[in-house]
Amino acid sequence: MERTPAVRARGISKSFGDVLALDGVDLDVPEGQVHGLVGPNGAGKTTLLGLLLGLAVADSGTLEILGTPVGRVLAVPEGVAGFVDGPGLYPSLTARQNLAALATLRRFGPDRAREVDEALASVGLSDVADDRVRGFSLGMRQRLGLAAALITRPRVLVLDEPANGLDPAGKHHVHGVIRRLADDGVAIVLSSHRMDDLAALCSEVTILATGRVVFAGPVAKLASESGDLDYRVLTSDPATAREVATATPGLRLVTADGLQRRSEALVVRGAVQALDELVVRLVGAGVAVRELAPVVTPLEAAFLALTGIDPARDAGREEVG
Amino acid sequence: MTTVVAPLGDVARPAAVLPGFRFELAKLLSQWRIRVVLLVCWLAPAGFVAVVSRQSSLPTDTVFGRWMLATGWAGSLVVLAFACSWALPLLTSLVAGDVFAAEDRLGTWRHLLVAVRSPRRIFLSKALASLTLIVLMLAGLAVSSIVGGLAAVGSHSLVGLDGHLLPTGTAARTVVLAWLCVLAPTLAFAAVGLLGSVVLGRSPMGLLVPAVLALGMDLVLMLPVPVAVRLALPSNAFLAWRGLFTDPGQTGPLVVGIVVSLAWAAVATALAYLLFLRRDFTDLAYDGAGRRALLVAALPLATLVAVTVGVVSLSTPARGSGIEKDKLDASLGTAFAHLYRLQTEELHRPAVTEAQLSAKADCDKGGTRVDDHGAGNDWRCVVSWRLPGSTAVGAAIYQLDVTADGRYVADGDGPKEVNGYFQVRTPHGDAPNPLWQLDGSVDLLHHS
Repeated sequence: MERTPAVRARGISKSFGDVLALDGVDLDVPEGQVHGLVGPNGAGKTTLLGLLLGLAVADSGTLEILGTPVGRVLAVPEGVAGFVDGPGLYPSLTARQNLAALATLRRFGPDRAREVDEALASVGLSDVADDRVRGFSLGMRQRLGLAAALITRPRVLVLDEPANGLDPAGKHHVHGVIRRLADDGVAIVLSSHRMDDLAALCSEVTILATGRVVFAGPVAKLASESGDLDYRVLTSDPATAREVATATPGLRLVTADGLQRRSEALVVRGAVQALDELVVRLVGAGVAVRELAPVVTPLEAAFLALTGIDPARDAGREEVG
Repeated sequence: MTTVVAPLGDVARPAAVLPGFRFELAKLLSQWRIRVVLLVCWLAPAGFVAVVSRQSSLPTDTVFGRWMLATGWAGSLVVLAFACSWALPLLTSLVAGDVFAAEDRLGTWRHLLVAVRSPRRIFLSKALASLTLIVLMLAGLAVSSIVGGLAAVGSHSLVGLDGHLLPTGTAARTVVLAWLCVLAPTLAFAAVGLLGSVVLGRSPMGLLVPAVLALGMDLVLMLPVPVAVRLALPSNAFLAWRGLFTDPGQTGPLVVGIVVSLAWAAVATALAYLLFLRRDFTDLAYDGAGRRALLVAALPLATLVAVTVGVVSLSTPARGSGIEKDKLDASLGTAFAHLYRLQTEELHRPAVTEAQLSAKADCDKGGTRVDDHGAGNDWRCVVSWRLPGSTAVGAAIYQLDVTADGRYVADGDGPKEVNGYFQVRTPHGDAPNPLWQLDGSVDLLHHS
């Protein structure tokens, strides 16, 4: 059964002076979906998140949130919450005071004290509820920002780098909260630079590059867009391994300005079948394979390929063979 | 946490002003420096007045300072004079000058906008919260100084700036009225603080705008500028309350000062409001301090000064410096007569009235080569009077230091038994001589 779209954007464009921040962007986020938004710096992610929160209005295109067209600034429907560019907290107030003020502003009823307590508990900050935010770590601030979004009982949640600064336990906690919200039917749009976070949380992603959508679809489909990956191969005999790799069909040796010649590890690029052949040949040549792993994950590779970023070039590597 | 599903479709309403106002007030009061200053405003004046009122050395350079031993009301006026010079512009800087810039520093604008959903209501809440806090601080200065003075010295008659006695009830009302009058220029500087905070963003210059403006205006007011220019500045209202303490009251400059101050408050607030609404909150690089924004903020206020100068010039008899020989003659003669009566009472001599004394002053500035007008410390006056039943004419000399705002300090230069010595011998012992040094004020708007 097709779920109701909580966010529906068609042909959204937005400029700031001469800078085209968004260029004909489409976005569909149904209820209950965690949708990742990724892109290099300056791709337009923050602008798009700002539009979803009503902080700006598109120059052209249509944006509907929860079935309501958004045509002017701060005219998003009730039920949209989140943060962009940090959670926006007041350091001289306590965690509880920050949330209580927000609850008051959003016209909560007499139960707002209970709701504040629940929101703090949901992100694991009950113990520090009456501490001033000034003393909070970045991770604690991120969690409090999430609590501030939760307290408004959102149906669309917009989160900008929600796992930024979180330790593994904190990240696990926040991921759990996000998953529970999605299970409850909340549409969640989150941006992140960490592909592992997106892989863990999102069912679909939209990749932006220079204001345009270069990929939109399921995470599994994104992985298949990665093309040939770079793999690091650690062997018992690097010199022989290098000769074998050079002779293996469908495989190219990637070198880093001669550094690889001094290193024990090889970096090779090719399809999975070519790698299989390399392993067979190495074993046949009496070379033990100690490690074989992609230099970047398939999702990251796909992201780099789609956004036109060449990590080999950036790292000063070149292909040989 | 269980997510409660919100209804579909309705555009979120902006937050109400009252919760926004409370939130802004809570944010301001959560800053330790604001709490400290508020506490100082409510405690320090009482301590200052109580301590100084018990000392023999009084702040005679400050208007009413010489009367701090005589009545508790004088201490409050000394605090008021000091507050008008420094404290009130600094308080407006601290509160209003930072109320918008703080959001820039903390990076909380987007959060606040998403929560409130109305820049108009954010502006209104912030302006009201700043105003409330500034009024609280001003009230603290007033109440604390009055309580301190009354507790240390008691409620007695106050000697006005023309030497006439204000009975305790009148003194109380006039002191409170004087504090209320300075609310107008305080609002003007608070509005300038809001404007600076909006225009200059996170730049620390925004915080300093009211204080720097007040300092600049004080410098102008110290210069011998024409009366019309002086009255066109809101700082003038920080001085004009003194006119309440003469009989008849010098209400012209006070009324003009209040009107000018309220005009500044309205224009600066409107500018701040318009500039705030035009701001692009999605631009993270915005720091406010654009050259155009500065021009947009400064030009209308400069225009307001120019227009006010024109209006005051055309609608009042004010000409030149406003300080003329005839005014000084009348003011000093009146003050001398009032204070002579006071001295007579102290010495238990037969009572006289001002009419019987018919004291007259004849002032001269700098000898024959200098025109007899304008501020300066080279005024020399001879006061003459008659006593009932006597044909002899008494004469006393005063050296006057007249400042550009019309205030003067007359320093008695003899004879010794009238105004040549700082004490007089009363039946109960030595007492301060009210005729030795006296404060006075000429009405700059009055046409002689």
